Amino acid sequence: MSKIYNVSASPHIRDHVNTTDIMFDVVVALLPASIFGIYNFGLSAFLTILITVATCVLTELVYELLMKQRVTVGDLSAVVTGLLLALNLPPTVPWWICVLGGVFAILVVKMLFGGIGQNIMNPALAARCFLLISFAGHMTNFVMDGVSGPTPLAVLKEGGKLNLLSMFFGTTGGTIGETSALAILLGAAYLLIKKVITWRIPVIYIITTVLFTGIFHKNGFAPEFMAAQVCGGGLLLGAFFMANDYTTSPITVWGQVIYAIILGILTGVFRTYGASAEGVSYAIILCNLLVPLIEKITIPKSFGKAGAKHGNK
Amino acid sequence: MKRYMERLWNGIIKENPIFVLMLGMCPTLAVTTSATNGLGMGLTTAVVLIMSNALISLLRKMIPDRVRIPAYIVVVASFVTIVQLLLQAYLKSLNDALGIYIPLIVVNCIILGRAEAYASRNSVGLAIFDGIGMGLGFTVGLTCIGLVRELLGAGTVFGAAVMPKAYEPITIFVKPAGAFLVVALLGALQNKFKLKSATNGSVPATAGCGGSCDKCAGSACAENHARIAEKK
Repeated sequence: MSKIYNVSASPHIRDHVNTTDIMFDVVVALLPASIFGIYNFGLSAFLTILITVATCVLTELVYELLMKQRVTVGDLSAVVTGLLLALNLPPTVPWWICVLGGVFAILVVKMLFGGIGQNIMNPALAARCFLLISFAGHMTNFVMDGVSGPTPLAVLKEGGKLNLLSMFFGTTGGTIGETSALAILLGAAYLLIKKVITWRIPVIYIITTVLFTGIFHKNGFAPEFMAAQVCGGGLLLGAFFMANDYTTSPITVWGQVIYAIILGILTGVFRTYGASAEGVSYAIILCNLLVPLIEKITIPKSFGKAGAKHGNK
Repeated sequence: MKRYMERLWNGIIKENPIFVLMLGMCPTLAVTTSATNGLGMGLTTAVVLIMSNALISLLRKMIPDRVRIPAYIVVVASFVTIVQLLLQAYLKSLNDALGIYIPLIVVNCIILGRAEAYASRNSVGLAIFDGIGMGLGFTVGLTCIGLVRELLGAGTVFGAAVMPKAYEPITIFVKPAGAFLVVALLGALQNKFKLKSATNGSVPATAGCGGSCDKCAGSACAENHARIAEKK
């Protein structure tokens, strides 16, 4: 009788994983793409990554110190944001674009909305779009081996020919992290094995994009064209590392399915009918904004409520 | 005289149409690509607002309650037409820059809002000063937004280059998305530094509304303000 029972609210079983562990896993998973980017583009890619990550971490630190908030730099989320942003930049961008993008990503998109877990869209992609709209010249200047050239998707848009193997390994023009399908898939496999991400959003997203462009694009389901759609742009990087960001993707199963399908359709629309060759970034930040609505219509019924519609209230 | 000055203060700072009331967002977001455009749009709206406030206040006992909104719109539309013809005749460049947003002043929320909330209940003198205050508040807001957008997005102020040559304009700020960013940031700064606005608790907490305008809806708010004025 004297035993004291502890009464508490759920959850009663807790995992030992915390934010820092997950963010560390994401950083590890991004390493292959980062290292390949540095190998592919040289020192300028390394500097771009370094400056962007440093800016993101510093911005978060300074903001939290100034606003007298708890300093959350240690959870590595700012590092992930910085790394993702850097991988989405061309290696030739001037340093001040990296700084501006880092500050925008952390200060405007993340901290002003309340910090980690509160942002309404992916900070790295929002910053990329901010930069892309502002500095179109710098942001689409893709230099490869000292020669400025188009990305594989841009080549296709112009009706040119592609080397499939170089596209898979990544020795083509593009942003630092998007060129190598192999490196991205390695990182994605790591995240899937560690169960940091699930397959649902990326796989459905990629399949929908392929189907959409296959049906509506004049090239149809030509194998070379399909391969370029998947490996030639930012689709893989976006699908595995940015579309399924915990904060800005739905948590319900059907919500994730709907979200991924809308993502695929939007990316297909932008790529097929848009003026630009790429559309992954815009598709993802647009769908990020739809997430609250998607979650609202897919919210699961609580236990016992499903019977209510049969008349016994 | 104090009441007249209070109207000016109210319009420019305390209930600034853009940063506090968040009214008239359509022209605010669309035409503020430069400080000149913002100033032009603000002054044009102010002129219409002052004249419509005056006329509606004069007619307030004649307009039947049930048809008051159509009556206000007729009054406002007449003044907008006059102003537009004047602009076309004497300020062609401003007229071209503002384009469709001049006729759209007819449906500007600030003008209808002040007619409904203030001019239709107060004497002509007060209504005119309310129009001046609100009009200047709108002008100040639009010019600030235009100034920031022009400075960041084009590196100029009122058309004169002020940034060093090395500065590359962040062109998103002169595009529509930049308008949202600037309005939100300026509004947030206004809140952060607690300018004495109606939403920042400048009204004593002992008053009926507790000083927080979001608790009041519509007419109740006006009554509270009257009560506060009496206490003073």
